[in-house]
Amino acid sequence: MKAVLSATHWAFVLLMPILMIGVINRVKSWWAARKGPRLIQFAYDLRRLLGKRTVISDTATPLFRAGAYIVLLAGFFAAAMAPMLGRFAPLQFSHDFIVVAYTMGLARIALMLSAMDVGSSFEGMGTAREASFSAFAEPALFLLIGTAGVATGMTSFADLIGALRETQHYAVIAAPLVVALLILLQAEAARVPVDDPLTHLELTMIHEVMILDHSGPELAAMQYAAAMKMVLYAGLIAALLNPFDPFASPAAAAAVSLALILAVAVVVGCIESLTARLPMHWVPRYLLIASAAALASMAVIGIGASV
Amino acid sequence: MTKNPVVVYDLRETTPLGLADFINECDRRLTEGERLLSLFGRNGGEGETAVAVTAVFVTESDGLSVLRGVAKKGDAYPALTLKHPSAHIYERELWEQTGVLPGGHPWLKPVRFEGARQQRMDDYPFFAVRGREVHEVGVGPIHAGVIEPGHFRFMCHGETVHHLEIQLGYQHRGVEKLLLQRPPKNLTPTVESICGDSCIAYAWSYLAALEALSGTPAGFETDVLRGIALEMERIAIHVATLNGLATDIAFVQGTGSYGRLRTAVINASQRVSGNRFGRGWLRPWRTKGLTDALRQDVRQTLADFAVDLRRMNDLMCSALSVKARFKGSGVVSTQAARDLGLLGVAARASGVAIDARSELPGRLYERAPMGSVVESSGDCWARMLVRMREIDTSLEWLFRVLDDSTLDLSGGTAAPVGADLRLAPEQLCVSVVEGVRGQVLLALETEADGALRHVKVQDPSLANWFGLALAVRDNGISDFPICNKSFDLSYCGNDL
Repeated sequence: MKAVLSATHWAFVLLMPILMIGVINRVKSWWAARKGPRLIQFAYDLRRLLGKRTVISDTATPLFRAGAYIVLLAGFFAAAMAPMLGRFAPLQFSHDFIVVAYTMGLARIALMLSAMDVGSSFEGMGTAREASFSAFAEPALFLLIGTAGVATGMTSFADLIGALRETQHYAVIAAPLVVALLILLQAEAARVPVDDPLTHLELTMIHEVMILDHSGPELAAMQYAAAMKMVLYAGLIAALLNPFDPFASPAAAAAVSLALILAVAVVVGCIESLTARLPMHWVPRYLLIASAAALASMAVIGIGASV
Repeated sequence: MTKNPVVVYDLRETTPLGLADFINECDRRLTEGERLLSLFGRNGGEGETAVAVTAVFVTESDGLSVLRGVAKKGDAYPALTLKHPSAHIYERELWEQTGVLPGGHPWLKPVRFEGARQQRMDDYPFFAVRGREVHEVGVGPIHAGVIEPGHFRFMCHGETVHHLEIQLGYQHRGVEKLLLQRPPKNLTPTVESICGDSCIAYAWSYLAALEALSGTPAGFETDVLRGIALEMERIAIHVATLNGLATDIAFVQGTGSYGRLRTAVINASQRVSGNRFGRGWLRPWRTKGLTDALRQDVRQTLADFAVDLRRMNDLMCSALSVKARFKGSGVVSTQAARDLGLLGVAARASGVAIDARSELPGRLYERAPMGSVVESSGDCWARMLVRMREIDTSLEWLFRVLDDSTLDLSGGTAAPVGADLRLAPEQLCVSVVEGVRGQVLLALETEADGALRHVKVQDPSLANWFGLALAVRDNGISDFPICNKSFDLSYCGNDL
């Protein structure tokens, strides 16, 4: 059973980035009254990039190329521990959530270093933004994990998230935690209203400007890793809401998770279609909403326990 | 008295002032509140050192007036800019093109690195802001996307821009020289391509001057048709700017809809003129007319357009996220706009009500007046609103004219009998048209045999680029793109 679930989990990790990007772009196209690109256009884009030669700046060191692959591998490693189908992850151990958080931190450092490696003023600017905004995102993640930990009394990431629905105050905290995860998704995966993945304006970019000098397979790795990070957060929302136990009814759990992840994509697409991007100096405030939501959930658990 | 947007100045009737008197007279007029439309020079012929300097003013009471002076290459005079900052860009251009030196000018930088200076563009010393934590961000001259070359150098502290230096002049097209190489009657296609999104404004400005110099003005119906073409151009380009604004803040609904709406208008232009940007629409004395079917077609297209545009504008104006981006960003105060001599949309968004269509109405806008739109907050939001409201004003004017059954617009306005292009000798004609961005000014000077001696081209962008540099001060560098798009200035209008 575990092998089947693991295989399904990895299929999600590998394929959902393409489908999620496809769904988001399709939803945005619908709002703009356009037909939109194919659902798997992202896969064609990746294949095109993989066929291209890498162009490297004269000032770059080997760190520049290595950065892209560290980001990608760290993404896979984190995805192995993050639940997606419910209370299950291929790799589970006590306090693995710390490893997840800092594996993603490692990916961020690798991304930032490879961005600064080329010495462009654009990329330095993007790196500064990434560094300061991630400082506002990280508390939200840990408050969320802390809430789940207090509520479930468990220690592995998949158990924390997956078992949350069996706890007493689930009905109250589910909504704020989903909001927190959604905002984290927007911040971490560089989506509107935090960032704009489609803009050509270097001065306004956060994530895109850091990969401005990447090309060919390295660019494909960076873009795929970014989409995978989005799937990771969407998967957390799915695992949080999925009513099925993946061990008892694996097919139902997988189907519901798939539907939930796609629903997240639709929600992300709708938000991107209906709002403009925030002014840059509002981004920290927006990220604090995630922390506030997670903190509120924690308060609910705390008060609930003391009553 | 009708204040005309065209003035012909007979060079034989008055003696030009000496440089010192000329500058004193300019100073006096500016101090009295006349507005400087242009100040430019013309080099004498081969081997001559004489420089003819011309200033164009506009007053509320008398309209356009021209002042002529004479100087020698290398002559210096105390810069007008010191007292009247609005002269700053014209004095820079005068110095670059003729070598007459405005002494004490605070920033005598070449405008477009013409001629011998072209090679020195690489080692131009940019303005530097010093400080341990100041960093510079250079953007361009090659940009992402399909826009023209221009270098923007930001001096920032963190995300805040303290100063932006805009370096243009990468195109070196030699427009003013090019215009002297062909007979005047064949010049319209060249004039139309000086600034591709203002074809009509340039063509009209040129033709008005040409027709005035020939002594045979075009018929009134021709003017009406030109007015229709101009307003359709304004609508299309304003909508394109709104589309750009929506794109730059990732407001998806605007991105799709404004693009589609613009297409409806430029396709209507194509049905009338054969070209979406109206190239070939205006020619000396004639303008492609509107048959009854075409008139109905344009009327209907614009009516449908107006309905959809209103809905889209309502969406854009009511979205909180759009307000958050545009309100308070890139503010140019009324005082600054007036001091810098900003023109067109940029001036009107800062509360400075200048518009050639109401200041210099001529017979067309005298009979069919055009309202002028002014906003006072001077931010990106105001520049967006001015564009939206100007489209409404233009539509209202177009409907009024198209519905006026006393006007025969069928294009029966052939060249007047006997009119040919023998231009009056030794004349200087200045012609102004309120284009999309502001006044497009052309000045034509003729030789003793009626051939063109000098053509001066002045796009409103020339004066407005500095307004953009001022607008981004103390703003976040990430708001530069929306400031830039809200001005939506022309690179080629600057880089002649």
